[in-house]
Amino acid sequence: MKLKSLIAALAGVALAGVAFAKPVELLNVSYDPTRELYVEYNAAFAKHWKAKTGDDVTVKQSHGGSGKQARSVIDGLPADVVTLALAGDIDAISKNARSLPANWQTRLPHNSSPYASTIVFLVRKGNPKTIKDWDDIVKPGVSVITPNPKTSGGARWNYLAAWEFAKRKLDSDDAAKGFVEKLYKNVPVLDSGARGSTTTFVQRGIGDVFLSWENEAFLAIKEFGADKFEIVVPSLSILAEPPVTVVDKNAKKHGTTEVAKAYLDYLYSDEGQDIAGRHFYRPTDPKAVAKYAAQFATVELFTIDQAFGGWAKAQKDHFDDGGTFDQIYLKK
Amino acid sequence: MASSVVSSLQHAAAAGHRPLATRDADWVRYTLTAVALGFLALFLLLPLVAVFAEAFRRGIGAYFTALNDPDGMHALKLTLLTAAIAVPANLVFGVSAAWCIAKFNFPGKSLLITLIDLPFAVSPVISGLIFVLLFGAQGWLGHYLDAENPALPWLQAWLIEQDFKVIFAVPGIVLATVFVTFPFIARELIPLMQTQGNDEEYAAITLGASGWQTFWRVTLPNIKWGLFYGVILCNARAMGEFGAVSVVSGHIRGQTNTLPLHVEILYNEYQFVAAFAAASILALLALVTLVLKSLVEWAHARRHAADAAS
Repeated sequence: MKLKSLIAALAGVALAGVAFAKPVELLNVSYDPTRELYVEYNAAFAKHWKAKTGDDVTVKQSHGGSGKQARSVIDGLPADVVTLALAGDIDAISKNARSLPANWQTRLPHNSSPYASTIVFLVRKGNPKTIKDWDDIVKPGVSVITPNPKTSGGARWNYLAAWEFAKRKLDSDDAAKGFVEKLYKNVPVLDSGARGSTTTFVQRGIGDVFLSWENEAFLAIKEFGADKFEIVVPSLSILAEPPVTVVDKNAKKHGTTEVAKAYLDYLYSDEGQDIAGRHFYRPTDPKAVAKYAAQFATVELFTIDQAFGGWAKAQKDHFDDGGTFDQIYLKK
Repeated sequence: MASSVVSSLQHAAAAGHRPLATRDADWVRYTLTAVALGFLALFLLLPLVAVFAEAFRRGIGAYFTALNDPDGMHALKLTLLTAAIAVPANLVFGVSAAWCIAKFNFPGKSLLITLIDLPFAVSPVISGLIFVLLFGAQGWLGHYLDAENPALPWLQAWLIEQDFKVIFAVPGIVLATVFVTFPFIARELIPLMQTQGNDEEYAAITLGASGWQTFWRVTLPNIKWGLFYGVILCNARAMGEFGAVSVVSGHIRGQTNTLPLHVEILYNEYQFVAAFAAASILALLALVTLVLKSLVEWAHARRHAADAAS
């Protein structure tokens, strides 16, 4: 009798649990280096959402080169939110799949980028090739690792940072093109995503310098020890803003619009910003900026809007078929 | 005379030493054996040992902790499920295709043979992209689902209601795997059935057997071993396929990652023990397959020996 009532009580509790907590599932399609960031953030958000609404939310992740991931979403990967490496890739989703409005980037603060990063150099310990700035990596005999700008977001930031450095120094677009061409002559292998390039440089030991997301460079040092690699900060770099947005059409279809919005909003909260800082992304909230200020080197940063007139133009001029990257790379 | 030569050869073979004229010099034999064994050790054994050594680098405890990960377990289940669908599908297809090609003549036969070989010839990446083109949101299926005035409106409504998905979901992974492993069984059976010819089937039919009886009692026993071998190869490839599956998977953890994709993800996340632990599971599955294959060969050889003796 006692056992029976216990079982009944347990079943009641289980049923009540099923009735009240709605399990929600979100799919976050992201770029390569955010893997560790979102493992921690997803757990934090699930806790926050449970406390706020009582619902259980599981966030599924998919990672890959930013351009490749955008392509998959266009082809039907059912992402509720995308957190990609650059605005141009989300523009492509808006344009080709019409699953979110063209003005998506105005929907959240800081160009919809809750955290930022920049491009730095990762070199082998002791900096045997004495690499100090962009000039040094175009020298003959220096082997440079960077992913393929066609598929990787980070690689496009690399490319544009090098271009702008040369343009400021040599004073013309033609000279900048020549500079970038020399740079890509030094690249032995183009991986499709930033994480692939990290593996090439760090584990396979190929290359003298790796043009890397700042967060990815910190992570490599954290994983493999400061006795193997060091970070070199160039005199000028680009403010890389990896934006986030809800994919309206998919979220509406899955009935997840509300939780998807809350998921992205929470990236701007104190906890979200703190997690970003811990994973070596530059936070945007002043409080978190101050907290993590010591972690990041001060470097002159320019924005893509100043230098290239925004992503749409940069994408068209440099990375679309027939753009400057095709011109310099196919010539080789 | 001839028969006495044969019998003396057989006698010598049975006694464990062959006549000198058919033996290579000792140094040739030993060099060849050493080269073969060295090659095996270097290219097969060493990598295999490396996988297990890496997986157990931090001890048995770490190995099992790494394996006991929900995403990894899901990847393993998905891999087994994919193989469990792809292999029987190709078994039925392979036997019927080989039967048609080996036993009958019909127009378009060589075209069919070429088509069967197609998955061997195209790169797995292309195989995956074919399905993206067909079933992607921007492909045929996507256009149909988005169409304002579609043909068969009830079908469109039903597909939308069912949330019908092929790529970036399990059906796409299964389809891509079936496509890539298409030729294994048919290719194994066609030459075998061709050499066997039709005589036994004719005899069976003359004696009054039905088509099904002929297949079940005459053809199938004849191709049994070739069929086993084809199934084993097909299974090995179905579980190990990376390229085509990678294109259609979408890489959603705990949902559309198969074991080979999961290994790559773990490796790229610096989780080496977990990556090699997952790889060791994959290797173990392959080893089980290989052991099965050897058993089949051994049983086959024994049967042959028994047949020869009787």
